[in-house]
Amino acid sequence: MAFLEARGVCKGFGPRDQPAQRTEVLRDINLELERGEFLAIVGYSGAGKTTLISMLAGLTLPDQGTITLNGKPIRGPGPERGVVFQNYSLLPWLSVFENVMLAVDQVFKAKTQAEKRAHVERYVAMVNLSHAIDKKPAELSGGMRQRVSLARALAMEPEVLLLDEPLGALDALTRATLQDELARICQVSGKTILLITNDVDEGILLGDRIIPLGMGPAATLGPSIAVTLARPRDRKALNHEDTFKSLRGRVIEYLLGEGRKQVKKPRASAEPVASSLASAPARGSEVTP
Amino acid sequence: MTTSSKAISQRFVETVLIPMLGIACVIVLWAITSATLVKALPSPLQTWHASKLYVLEPFAKRGELDQGILRFTWYSLQRVAKGYALALLIGTPLGFVLGVSKFFTKAFDPIIQILRPVSPLAWLPLGLVLFQKPDPAATFTIAMCSMWPTVLNTALGVRSIPQDYINVARVLQLSKQKRLFKIMLPAALPYMFTGFRLSLGIAWLVIVASEMLTGAPGVGGFLWQEYNSLIYEHLILCICTIGLVGFVLDRLMSMVEMRLRVA
Repeated sequence: MAFLEARGVCKGFGPRDQPAQRTEVLRDINLELERGEFLAIVGYSGAGKTTLISMLAGLTLPDQGTITLNGKPIRGPGPERGVVFQNYSLLPWLSVFENVMLAVDQVFKAKTQAEKRAHVERYVAMVNLSHAIDKKPAELSGGMRQRVSLARALAMEPEVLLLDEPLGALDALTRATLQDELARICQVSGKTILLITNDVDEGILLGDRIIPLGMGPAATLGPSIAVTLARPRDRKALNHEDTFKSLRGRVIEYLLGEGRKQVKKPRASAEPVASSLASAPARGSEVTP
Repeated sequence: MTTSSKAISQRFVETVLIPMLGIACVIVLWAITSATLVKALPSPLQTWHASKLYVLEPFAKRGELDQGILRFTWYSLQRVAKGYALALLIGTPLGFVLGVSKFFTKAFDPIIQILRPVSPLAWLPLGLVLFQKPDPAATFTIAMCSMWPTVLNTALGVRSIPQDYINVARVLQLSKQKRLFKIMLPAALPYMFTGFRLSLGIAWLVIVASEMLTGAPGVGGFLWQEYNSLIYEHLILCICTIGLVGFVLDRLMSMVEMRLRVA
């Protein structure tokens, strides 16, 4: 049995007793993640990526199917699964130090105050924010906030790190910088990581394996594609590498081909999904129909 | 003239001179009205002469019914403080419960909406019946009238706590107590303070009515007593004082509120 495993997971929203008004978001999700592996899931905006990560985090429970971590079914959220949310979710009244400390305080109850303090400082240093440790989130840029969020998740020393479009709200340049930093931190920490993104390049750059998520409603996962590129990966060199091009081609082909055919019947709810994709800023090889 | 001193003088004109102009206009209008239309209205000059003693010796105590205006204000403020404190003590937890629980909101929202518009003049007699003494009756009235903005805004603040913050608390598995003090209370605090500010405004509004009815010493009591003694100049003095004090209280509260907003 894999370290983190999802079997036949389905999730929908809306009234349970009125199937006509109910939207099925995810259908028959099967997922296996080994210890120490970095898996990237790439999919359309609105396809249910956040719903998937919420279920893995235990913030919502699947309608059908099971999710297990280390063989134990997930019944609720817990600090052994660190989450980095898309919108940072930092507490604005706490400083960088205090935001990370809140997590450390909770997870490492046995440590002394000095140990906790050192622990926080170590992880803030890991994301290169030592100079801003006493600042409030409002005084930081988007990229810095996301690094704090990452530091908070890492400082919990979780068994698995769930990243929900962590760089989605950032501009292209900051995004690139943070991708490199994320790659570095992941290698240093050797964590089991699941990254959800809408950027194919990002998935290939960071992941050991990449799985495309088809278009909703009732989205399912596509085939697992191993990223055979050696690490550390240099983004400038990658652009010219044939392996990279073929990987990207396979992912995009699935997303634009099979992944789109999953809409069984035309539904009103499929419309905003398509329009949100169209209005997304063009960025690299982001999925566009 | 340098640009910064220009900016300062610009600010001076905007925050001091222009408002002064408005005040001057009203005083002129008041003088004209008292001289022509309503002879019973004391003129600004008469008002000043009659009030001089109370304003220039604001803390003097010449007798129970004859004290400096700020001394009266102080009595009123003490009374307000008691009622206001009671309002916050009841209103904040009540608002919190309403914000957290849909059931409580459904159960108690109608009764709150019914009690909210009840005038202080209606609560006071009930307070007198309940407590048999004017002072606790005044405290009761102030609390009953000023509680509602705190209740409603606290409930709104709790309801508007972003799901993200709650998710953080859930992932960290914070205890109920930590969730309350580390997440919910700080997140709802800006809304709560808006409620506190509005409540204070109402508390100050109510004090005059309750003092008038109970005859307790204070700005409101003084106003009523001077009306009965036909010293109409002092009515205007009292009105100005009540207005100024209310203004200052509101300013102080909104300064705290602004600080919380930024944080």
